Amino acid sequence: MSRDHILHKVRTALGRQEGQAPASPPPVRLRAPEATVEARIESLCRCVEALAGKTYRAASRDAARDYVSGVIGAAGAVASNAPFLAECGITALAGVRSGLTDRLELRGLCARMPFGITSADYALADTGTLVMLASRQEARLISLLPPVHLAVVPRERILTSLDELLMLQPLPVEERSSMVLITGPSRTADIEQILVRGVHGPGEVHVILV
Amino acid sequence: MSTAFDRKIHETVSNPELQLAIYSATGRLMDKRKHAVTADLLPDYQELRTHAHALKQHTLENLDYYIDQFERQVMAHGGKVVFCKDAVEVSDFVLGLAKERGARLLVKSKSMTTEEVDLNERLEHHQLEAVETDLGEYILQLAHERPYHIVAPALHMTRFQVADLFEKKLAVEREVVIEKQTLIARSVLREKFLAADIGVSGANFLVADSGAVVLVENEGNARLTTSAPRIHIAVAGIEKMIPRAQDLGVFLKLLGRSATGQPLTVYTSILSGPRRGEEIDGPEEFYVVLLDNGRTKLLADREKRQSLYCIRCGACLNHCPVYRKIGGHSFPWVYSGPIGAIITPQFMGALHEPGLPFASSLCGACAEVCPVKIDIPKVLLDLRAEVKKAQAREGQGRLERLAFKAWAWVMRHPGLYEFLGMAAAFVAPSEEGYVRGLPGWMKAGPLGQWLSQRELPAPAPKSFRQMWRRR
Repeated sequence: MSRDHILHKVRTALGRQEGQAPASPPPVRLRAPEATVEARIESLCRCVEALAGKTYRAASRDAARDYVSGVIGAAGAVASNAPFLAECGITALAGVRSGLTDRLELRGLCARMPFGITSADYALADTGTLVMLASRQEARLISLLPPVHLAVVPRERILTSLDELLMLQPLPVEERSSMVLITGPSRTADIEQILVRGVHGPGEVHVILV
Repeated sequence: MSTAFDRKIHETVSNPELQLAIYSATGRLMDKRKHAVTADLLPDYQELRTHAHALKQHTLENLDYYIDQFERQVMAHGGKVVFCKDAVEVSDFVLGLAKERGARLLVKSKSMTTEEVDLNERLEHHQLEAVETDLGEYILQLAHERPYHIVAPALHMTRFQVADLFEKKLAVEREVVIEKQTLIARSVLREKFLAADIGVSGANFLVADSGAVVLVENEGNARLTTSAPRIHIAVAGIEKMIPRAQDLGVFLKLLGRSATGQPLTVYTSILSGPRRGEEIDGPEEFYVVLLDNGRTKLLADREKRQSLYCIRCGACLNHCPVYRKIGGHSFPWVYSGPIGAIITPQFMGALHEPGLPFASSLCGACAEVCPVKIDIPKVLLDLRAEVKKAQAREGQGRLERLAFKAWAWVMRHPGLYEFLGMAAAFVAPSEEGYVRGLPGWMKAGPLGQWLSQRELPAPAPKSFRQMWRRR
């Protein structure tokens, strides 16, 4: 069997025995300086906008709902099952489909709808990143298939950086199948190094901080 | 140097359009990197490089342990690890699974490892359609070409070539606007994503302590490949391992910046198994193919093992004065540039393309920008020695060895050396301090080849020894 064959070759090359403990690895290197919530919001918005994403600082949940409503207009949207979206009243907006648990129905809607609305588990201030964990509340495809992605995030979910995210214990990824970091709209520069947005994922991303 | 290598180099350097394309694309990528690693944006850049090097060194020195840990974690999450020793085993596994599940269509996100084992060709040979979904890779698949660059695969093609290609292969109207070309690809590939049964990805990192596959991209095609189809297969070399998820803090900071100057690429997916209990979407089956394909050979030598530290950022290609002239397709295997020059001879054998380790000025730009501090020039020198030894074993390069033997013998006889020196100064036709106007027969051999690109300084009228005696 190739498994044993390959592991045997690895051990022979390295001069190691089966079951031999490893030397101790270099220390974990994570640095996360403190930053006030205001500074994090400032940095997050600056980074998202630098990537041609849009930001909106909502003074209240109602304001977040009104902003979303203004963006989607009369067009349809599919929203995730994140409780926060319901708390903002976004799932109750006209044309917004939510509460989906069937995989095929979800796929069909995501492929058709012009807008996808999610919350985010975290956001990273110093890179303008949304952190999405797959769950019953957050399907993967809502932030991926529709051409426009709106993420409504409570401001206390903003971490300073990737390092702070990786310091969380246990690491969120342990219990979920997928953790995706989203930093700006989908883009490519594969033809002549010319930047084009929205190649496979959403070409427009709105980050709404509540 | 083989004639094929030589011919491709000449084709590339004598094509001005191609020269411009390579030069400007790599130049832009150099610029982007430079602005992303400045002292005010990333003050600990050098420390991160040192740490990344140490992490890779440690992981490879204990690789069996981490492979074992990774496998246990993947299984604990409901996935499966498949060990493959070569290209045939990879395609056999994929074909076997596709047959069992009745799969007909497979989507792929960018993966150099699957290029390495010619997976697409092998699958197509068995009537399994495999579609590349990265825009650059998709273009190349339509054109039947292999990647020109590790990060920017279609770097050598212009919008007009893409327009011709799409018109011919996709039966669409000729379109030269890049934004619209992108939309054409988006809509064709969107259908494929939604219809595909299997998604095949590569892996930028394999995280041993969480059994996770990490994918870094900008387009979203890797997310779609790993989220939409029912089955996800990640194909990765065994050297992609890193010990802990927390080490991503080091590697992700370096990878995006070194490749395209991005602090983080648009999407980073950390995938650890099939969808769990109540998750709504994501694959039902999750496989990680761990590929050897010669990597265990490279592990044995401590010095050359560092070739496996590579995180495929492509910075060494962009900064290499040789790559920037001869381009990606001159290289004899899928990996091009300085990293290709050190990986290829080790995977394929020193004599696969004996000229390869010599196609370098050893300027060291590659080592300077390498985010994991691989000492590429040092490995190149070792490989040069290996090529020479292998050629001696094969009985090649006799003339060269004879010449050096004669040279060594002359050097050991000072009287003879001095006499020959004086004789050369006397007979060599010189002009403006250079040897010029040699008789035709001397230009036919290796000396002529050497002189075709360089000028030989004329011997000094008086040697140092003569001057020393008359001091």
